[in-house]
Amino acid sequence: MAPPAPILRMRGIGKQFPGVKALDGVDFRLLPGEVHALMGENGAGKSTLIKVLTGVYGIDSGEVELAGRPVAFPGPQAARQAGISTVYQEVNLCPNLSVTENVVIGREPRRLGRIRWKEARRRAAELLGRLDLHIDVSAPLSAYSPAVQQMVAIARALDVDARVLILDEPTSSLDKDEVAQLFRVMRRLKEQGIAILFVSHFLDQIYEIADRMTILRNGRLVGEYLTSELSQVDLVAKMIGRELADLERLEDRPPAREGAPLVEADGLGRSRAIEPFTLTIREGEVVGLAGLLGSGRTEVARLLFGADHAGTGSLRIGGEPVGLRTPRAAIRHRLAFCSENRREEGLVPDLTVRENIVLALQAARGWTRPIPRRRQDELVAKYVSALNIRPADPEQPVRNLSGGNQQKVLLARWLILEPRLLILDEPTRGIDIGAKAEIQRLVAELSGGGMAVLFISAELEEVLRLSHRVGVLRDRRLVAEIDNDERLTTGALMETIASGAAS
Amino acid sequence: MTVATVPGRKARVPRRYVPVLVTAALFLAMFAAGGIRYEGFATGQIILNVFIDNAFLLVVAVGMTFVILAGGIDLSVGSVVALSTMVAATLLKQGWSPWPVMMLVLLIGAVLGLGMGAIIHYFEIQPFIVTLAGMFLARGLCYTIGARSIPVDDPVFTAFAQTRIDLGADMWISPGVVVAAAVVVAAAYTLHHTRLGRNVYATGGNEQSALLMGLPVARTKIAVYTISGFCSALGGLVLSFYMLSGYGLHAVGMELDAIGAVVIGGTLLTGGSGYLFGTVLGVLVLGLIQTIISFEGTLSSWWTRILIGLLLFVFILMQRLITARRR
Repeated sequence: MAPPAPILRMRGIGKQFPGVKALDGVDFRLLPGEVHALMGENGAGKSTLIKVLTGVYGIDSGEVELAGRPVAFPGPQAARQAGISTVYQEVNLCPNLSVTENVVIGREPRRLGRIRWKEARRRAAELLGRLDLHIDVSAPLSAYSPAVQQMVAIARALDVDARVLILDEPTSSLDKDEVAQLFRVMRRLKEQGIAILFVSHFLDQIYEIADRMTILRNGRLVGEYLTSELSQVDLVAKMIGRELADLERLEDRPPAREGAPLVEADGLGRSRAIEPFTLTIREGEVVGLAGLLGSGRTEVARLLFGADHAGTGSLRIGGEPVGLRTPRAAIRHRLAFCSENRREEGLVPDLTVRENIVLALQAARGWTRPIPRRRQDELVAKYVSALNIRPADPEQPVRNLSGGNQQKVLLARWLILEPRLLILDEPTRGIDIGAKAEIQRLVAELSGGGMAVLFISAELEEVLRLSHRVGVLRDRRLVAEIDNDERLTTGALMETIASGAAS
Repeated sequence: MTVATVPGRKARVPRRYVPVLVTAALFLAMFAAGGIRYEGFATGQIILNVFIDNAFLLVVAVGMTFVILAGGIDLSVGSVVALSTMVAATLLKQGWSPWPVMMLVLLIGAVLGLGMGAIIHYFEIQPFIVTLAGMFLARGLCYTIGARSIPVDDPVFTAFAQTRIDLGADMWISPGVVVAAAVVVAAAYTLHHTRLGRNVYATGGNEQSALLMGLPVARTKIAVYTISGFCSALGGLVLSFYMLSGYGLHAVGMELDAIGAVVIGGTLLTGGSGYLFGTVLGVLVLGLIQTIISFEGTLSSWWTRILIGLLLFVFILMQRLITARRR
């Protein structure tokens, strides 16, 4: 049976950024009524392809056809009007406006220039109803969880006569039930003949929902495949361009360690953020923190690092009592903290890779003692190659790097301080498998070298693979501390998170 | 990080109304305190007098509300007010008839605003800097027209200045108040019931998102500065009705009063949140402080400034706390 004519066809797309060839002769097609996954590591060109398609960037070479007719979009608005709607990973809505407005703004029903609010609310409620979402549409968007905001963004995308819906990592901040709900919605839209372009780093999700996939690597097309005909192993191999064996699996569990206590928190707490907790981290030990979103994982890290002030309790580092009032004090005690919001709280996007990496070291030395340029170059070259940062050009602005590589730059910044305790808050979220494995391997190596690591992740497998001990958080309370031995499984961990007691 | 909906707190006032309600409570408290302390204070005419004396400020503050809601700032308003009085007085003296003069003044204000808005948007320059330049430019232009105060004796303008509109019960307002009230009503309608108004809120809430949502951010940003320039020129006309003169030293520092009124009225300086009604209350609070100080009699008028300064501190701190809790 011949497949239906593609609704969208891109041929020979090329896009050049200063110093980087982001896309090089990429072909892509999208059939009506299919979910098509766009696969590739960070930096493979997925985001660029989407931005080219939606008119955010212009095209250097190649052509785009929509329903058989050549098109060129000068901006996102033009793409939307042509029926290509996009929902981004970071929800791009206005949290200060009501849900209704976020759905209809720009296309409000009007009479003589006056917005008909009643009609607008009705339409918003109806569109959200199509997604099985029944919420108060006159409440401000900021009152709702990221998952609901994501649904609102999709409802907005559907309000136009959308023929192509692009979902750029919509699931990265959703929990399991919410993902299931999103998939129900996607299947329904598929039946209505809408072509869906789906990007996700979760392979299981891809295999659950996608009919077909296009794989990119380093800005080039690897190929287009039916999901049912490509195994996960082959997919990963094609994405990273290496054999899977090279990915060298980490050993199941790290060997137990008996180092001296490095950081001892005793009854440390902060009202409304985290209940008082007691936690000891030893030298060379990886302590994992597991728990749901909002369970207090980040709050623990921020208290240990002095980013928030503790209301109660005491903290000892290397046996000495310390009061960490500011992150500066923590850095002096050689603690390091990689925040989960790498864009907002970590990197300076307009500075170069080199400048970003030496930032913390320079701050620790004080501004009166600049680091000699030669020393900077040596350090940066060392970490760029050690962490495999791509492109390996230290003078590239960090803005031009992909998410995974930005994460590595942030990591490098803290590593050159040679910290005694490295706090990693969701270091692998939203980055691809290759970079993930590299970061995991790095954590294991660092701890082997005697560095203590506090590792926060939403992925239990990852926590289990790396940690010597796991702290479980639930409802802003540290409910259990479990040694990671043979008996601990993700199932047991999940049970603890769910029940709030070690089983 | 988490936006958990806490059950059992539904009966409370929505947080976005809190700043306006605080300002309203402050106004009532000041009015009550004045009424207890001074004889003849607690009358309706006292409030109407506040409107009469500050009609021009209200008009200017309305324009400023648009700009601040969209996430910008306009420092040029005081100078544009002065320039408007100067242009009006000079042209009237040269024998122009009053209506074309008013049209021309409004046009000049709007074009100045349009120009600044376009520079801010297309060259991506901080509004603070661009409108600071506009402030110097407009103030300087006043002195190229003339260094002295120019009296206005046009019959239409004097009629505007001297007419008392009787409201019954011994209360009256000036035509300037009517103009200000019309501006407030038109602006409130625009902000809440038209696309332009909602785009102003969206742009101020998150400009990047507004752009990705396909909203006309460029047009919106330029529009708010144009509106502010227009309102400044209109405020200048109302001021020349009130003062019956044009002078380069009129309305010195008025941009700060206007910003102060908007902030005290509960509009976030970061944009995207606030109500025009708050701005009206803000102007009333500022005016009432002046009234109380004149009733007190012994205090220097600089106490007005001190109190406004203190109030601003308190309100900015309050905004900070409200936005901090929202995170």
